[in-house]
Amino acid sequence: MTPDESQTSVKTSQDTRAGRKAAKKASSDQNNLVSKDKAGAGVDRGFALLAKFAGIFILIILAFVAIFLTYNSFEAIYREDEGLVIGRFLSYAWPLIVGTLTVSIIALCISAPVAVGVALYISHYAPPRLSKSIGYVIDLLAAIPSVVYGAWGMVFLSGYLANFYVWVHEWFSWIPLFAGTPSATGRTVFTASVVLSVMILPIITSVAREIFIQTPKLHEEAALALGATRWEMIKMAVFPFARAGIISGIMLGLGRALGETMAVVMVLSAGSFTWSIISSGNNTIPAEIARNFGETGDGTERWHQLIAIGLVLFIITLIVNMVARWIVSRNKEFSGAN
Amino acid sequence: MKVSHFGRGAAILSVASLALVACNGEDNGNGGGDADEAAEAAGVEFEDVSGTIYSGGASSHETAMDEWIAEFEHLTDNQAQVEYAGEGSGAGRASFLDGEFQFAGSDAVMSDEEYEESLQRCGDNGAFHLPTYIAPIGLAVNLEGVDSINLDSDTLGEIFAGEITSWDDPAIAEQNEDADLPSTPITVVHRADSSGTTENFLEYLEATASNWDWEPDGEWPTDISAESAGQTSGVLDLAGSTDGAITYADLGQIGDEFALVNVEVGGEYTEPTPEAAAEAVLASERVEGQSENNMAFEITRDTEEVGAYPIVQIAYTIWCNEYESEEEADLVAAFAAYIVSEDAQELAHDQAGSAPITDDLRDEALEAISEISGG
Amino acid sequence: MTQSTKDKTPTASSVQGPAGPSTEVDPAQIIRPKSLTAGNRLPKWFMPAVLAGAAVLGAAISSAIGFTITLWLILTAILYVIGVYTITRIKVGPRKATDMLWRNLVYIAFVLALIPLVSVIYSVSVVGFQGLTNPGFLTSEFVDADGRRMRSSVDQGTEAGEHGVMGGIAHALVGSLAITLTATIISVPIGLLTSIYLVEYARGGPLSRGITFFVDVMTGIPSIVAGLFGAAAMVFFLGIGNSLGLPMPSQSRMGLTAAVALCVLMIPVVVRTTEEMLRVVPNELREASYALGVRKWRTILKVVIPTAISGIAAGVTLAVARVIGETAPILITAGMTEFINWNMVSGWMATLPVFIYEQFTRPTDPNFSDPSHQRAWGAALVLIMIVMTLNLIARLVAHFFAPKKTGR
Repeated sequence: MTPDESQTSVKTSQDTRAGRKAAKKASSDQNNLVSKDKAGAGVDRGFALLAKFAGIFILIILAFVAIFLTYNSFEAIYREDEGLVIGRFLSYAWPLIVGTLTVSIIALCISAPVAVGVALYISHYAPPRLSKSIGYVIDLLAAIPSVVYGAWGMVFLSGYLANFYVWVHEWFSWIPLFAGTPSATGRTVFTASVVLSVMILPIITSVAREIFIQTPKLHEEAALALGATRWEMIKMAVFPFARAGIISGIMLGLGRALGETMAVVMVLSAGSFTWSIISSGNNTIPAEIARNFGETGDGTERWHQLIAIGLVLFIITLIVNMVARWIVSRNKEFSGAN
Repeated sequence: MKVSHFGRGAAILSVASLALVACNGEDNGNGGGDADEAAEAAGVEFEDVSGTIYSGGASSHETAMDEWIAEFEHLTDNQAQVEYAGEGSGAGRASFLDGEFQFAGSDAVMSDEEYEESLQRCGDNGAFHLPTYIAPIGLAVNLEGVDSINLDSDTLGEIFAGEITSWDDPAIAEQNEDADLPSTPITVVHRADSSGTTENFLEYLEATASNWDWEPDGEWPTDISAESAGQTSGVLDLAGSTDGAITYADLGQIGDEFALVNVEVGGEYTEPTPEAAAEAVLASERVEGQSENNMAFEITRDTEEVGAYPIVQIAYTIWCNEYESEEEADLVAAFAAYIVSEDAQELAHDQAGSAPITDDLRDEALEAISEISGG
Repeated sequence: MTQSTKDKTPTASSVQGPAGPSTEVDPAQIIRPKSLTAGNRLPKWFMPAVLAGAAVLGAAISSAIGFTITLWLILTAILYVIGVYTITRIKVGPRKATDMLWRNLVYIAFVLALIPLVSVIYSVSVVGFQGLTNPGFLTSEFVDADGRRMRSSVDQGTEAGEHGVMGGIAHALVGSLAITLTATIISVPIGLLTSIYLVEYARGGPLSRGITFFVDVMTGIPSIVAGLFGAAAMVFFLGIGNSLGLPMPSQSRMGLTAAVALCVLMIPVVVRTTEEMLRVVPNELREASYALGVRKWRTILKVVIPTAISGIAAGVTLAVARVIGETAPILITAGMTEFINWNMVSGWMATLPVFIYEQFTRPTDPNFSDPSHQRAWGAALVLIMIVMTLNLIARLVAHFFAPKKTGR
C-alpha cells in the first residue's frame, strides 16, 4: 500500500467534494440519456450479475484448489497397505509447524515495534515535507522481490550475524534459545527471522500509518489543548483509535511471514528441530516444500506428505486471518472507519 | 516405422564397431566426427531432424546438459531445439510419464510402479534408462595446508555422524601418519534439499560403515545436526568459507582449494577420479525387470575391487521406446545418440568433471537408442 | 496528506511549549530561557550535545570491550536515549521526559528501518550495476556471441580473459512482462468485480460472507501449491479442448499456465485492497448520485470507481509487485529457457526471479560463479527498477484519472 492509498482515505472531505463533482458530471451525462435509457434496468441487472459471477468464480477456483489439496493430502495419513499413519505424519509435521511459527513470531517481534514506530514517525513526527517521500521509501522495501531479500540475507547478512551469534552465545547461553553451538555460517532461524522482519516491516508500516493518519483531528487537538505532550496525545487519542488497525496490519504481516518461501530457502541451514535460534537446524513449511518437491517422486508417501503439510500451512494462515478479522470486527465500534 | 526400426538396428551392427575403432585409434575433438558416427549408429542424421524437445528433471547434470544442448543445436543448424528444466528428478519423471517431457533426467532409477506407468506413455516396451552422466562424488575438506586425507568408511561414518569432532582425532591420525593435521573442529556440511548426491553418499555409508544405521534417502537424516545449504554450489560455498568443514559434492565442481578424501577400498586408499568411478560402475549389477534395452545400475557400494571408487552417482536420462510420430522419434534419438557419443562425453568430462562412459557401454547405449521408434 | 500536515502546526508548538505545571514559572523565562536550569524548557543545543556526549562515551566503552562500528552505534543510541531521558526528568519533569523518551524511540525506529533498505539497495547496486553495464545485458538473450545457449565453457572463457561477461536477460525480461501482464489482465477485472459485488451489492448474505472468508483463505495458499494447481488446471482444460476437437497447444507448460497460477495468488490481494478502497468512498456520494436518478451501475462506474481510483491503482500495483517476484510457481508452469518467447500459448518462458534464483543457486559455471552472480544481481536491480516504475505508473494513473480536486 502506498501513500496514494492513504491519500484517498485522508482527504475524505476533499474527496467528498471532488466526488460530488464527479457525481454531478455523471448525472448531467445521465440527464441527457435518461429518456433514452430504457435498457438501463437491464444493464443494471446485468452488471449486478457480472459482479456476482466474479465472486462465484473465485469461490469455484478456491473450491478446486481446496479439493486438489485435500484429495492429495489424504494419502499422507492413510496408506492403502498400512491403514492410518497419522502418527507418522504428525511426527514429520510438528517440527515444521513449530519452526514456521518460531521464525514468523520472532520476525514479528522484531518488526512490529519498529514498524509502528516508523508509522508514527511518518504520521506525527516527521517534517511535513519529508513524510510523503519517506512513505515512498518505505514502500520501496515492499516492492523488492523476495528472491533479492534471500540473496541479500545469504550473501551479506548471514556472515555479519555469525559474529554476533558467537557473542550472544558467550553471554547468554544459559537461555535455551541461545544454547547450542553458534552457527559458523550464520544461516540460522534468527537470520531468517531478521530477513522476514525486513520483508514484513513495510506491510505493517503502511497499514498502521494509514490508520494513524485517519485519527480524528478533533481528538488530537482536544488532547493537545488540554496540555498533553505529544506522546500523551498519541497514547490517549491515536492508539485507542488505531488499535484494531495495528493488529490487523500485524496479522497481515504474519500471514506474509508464514508463507514466505524463497527468502527462507536461501538463508536457512535447514535441519532437525532445535530450540536454539543461533545454531543451524529447523525448517519452515514453505521452504520444506520448495526444497524437496522437485526431487520427490509423484505419488509416493513423501509427495503426499509435502502436499499435506501445504494444507497445514493453508489452515494456519486461515486461522491467523480469521483472528485478525475477528479482532477488527470486535473493535469496529471504537474506530472511526465507518 | 518398423522399417526404420530394423534399419537402425542393422546400422548399429556395422557402424558401432567402426566408431569403436575410430575412437580407439584417433585422439578426439576432431570436429564432431564421433558424434556423427554415433548418430549414424543410431540410424539418424543431425541434418535431418528438426523441432523442439521438452525435457527436465535432475539438476545434477545440468552443467553438462547445457553444453550438450548448445552443441547439439549447433550440429543440427539450429533446426532442433532442446529445453531442459532442472526442477528435480521426481518432478522430471512425473512430467515425463505425463507425456509433458520427451525425456527426463533422473538421479534415481524409476520404481517398478513408474515403469508400469511408462507402458502407457511409451508403448509396449515402456521407457528405458541411459547412464549418460557418471559422476564421482568427492569428499571435500577445507583444511589449510592439507592436500588429501586417507579415510576408511568407518571413520567417515563417525565423522558424518558427528562422533569424531576434531581433525586431530587418533582415528584420523593413524590413517594419515605423514600429514600434520590441526586440531580444528570438524564442521559437517550437507545438502539441505533432497538430492541424489545425498542418497548415493548415504547408500555408500550404509553399505560400508559399520556404525552407520540411518536409512539412505534423498534427504540427510534429520536427527544428525549439522550445517546445510541448498544445491551443490551452496554446500561448496559454505564449506569453502568455514575452516575445518567437510562436505560431499559432485567431484567436477569441487575446486582446488579443497583437500579430497581418498577412500579405503579393498585395502588401498583410492583417489576419487572419473576413471575410478567408471571402474565402480563396471563392477556393479544391473537393475532387472524393466524393459529389455534398459541400462540401469545397482551400484555395488561395498566392492573390494582395488582401483574402484564406489561413491559414485549416475544421472540417467530416461527415454521412451516409442514416440508418437516418426519425426519426434528421430529428433529424440538424435539427441540421445549425441549425448552418449564420445564427443559429448568428453565435453562433459572437461566441463563438469564427469567420467566418460566406456566404449562397451556406449555401444550398448547406441543399440538401445536404435530401438526408439515412432508411431 | 496536506490536511494532516496542516493540523500538525499546533502539535509542534506544544512540544516546545510548557508541558509541566506552567503557572509556577515566570513567563519571562518561557519566552527567553537563560540557561538549562532556567525553566522547564531545554535549550536548542541540548539534544545535539547529549548525542555528542553519548557518541564519545559509546566510543570509550566499545573500545574497552572491542571496538566495532555496530557496537559503537548501538551504545551511542542507548546512551543518548537514557541521557536525554534522565536529564529531562531532572531538569523539567517526568511527563516531558517520557515524551522525549518516546520521541527518541520513534526516531530510532525510523533509522533502524532505513538500515536494511540502504543495505539491500547498496548490495544490489554494487554488483548489480557491474552486471547491468555488461554489453548487451538488457538487449541480448541468454546466449554467447554466436547466439548459442550460455553454458559453463562460455564463462570459462570469461575467466580466462578471452571476453567479458556474456549473456543478457532480455529473455527473462520479456517473459516476466508477458506473464505478469497476462495475469494482471485476468485478475484485475475478476478481483475488482468481486469487490464491487462485496461492497455495492452484497448485503451480508451467505454468499458475500463466503467470498470474504475464502478470499482470506486464498491469501494463505503456498505459492508452490498455486503453481501445481495452475499446471493441473491447464492439463484439465487442454484435455477438454482436445476431446472437443479444438486446436489446443501440445504442451501445458507455457506462459499462460504460469499466468493462471499467478492469478490464484493475485486475485485475493486485488480483492482485499480494492474492497478496502471502495468501502472508504463516502456513502453520501452514492446517495447524491441515486438522488439524481443515476442508475446503480453508472454510479459505480462514474462515481465510486473514479473516487477510489488512486487506491485501486495502488492496490493493483501492490498485487503486481507481489507476483512479479514469484519463483516457485513459474518454474513448474512455464519452464525455463534461454531465448526470447513472446508466445503465451506455445513454448517455455523465462522470468527474472527464476533467472535470478537459478543463477544464484546453480551458477552457469559451478567453478567460477562470478559472472553468474553479476548477472543475478544485475537482474535483481532491473527487477527492482521495474517494480518501482510500476509504482510510479500507478501514481500517474491515479493522478490523471482521479476526479480533479477543488479548493487546492
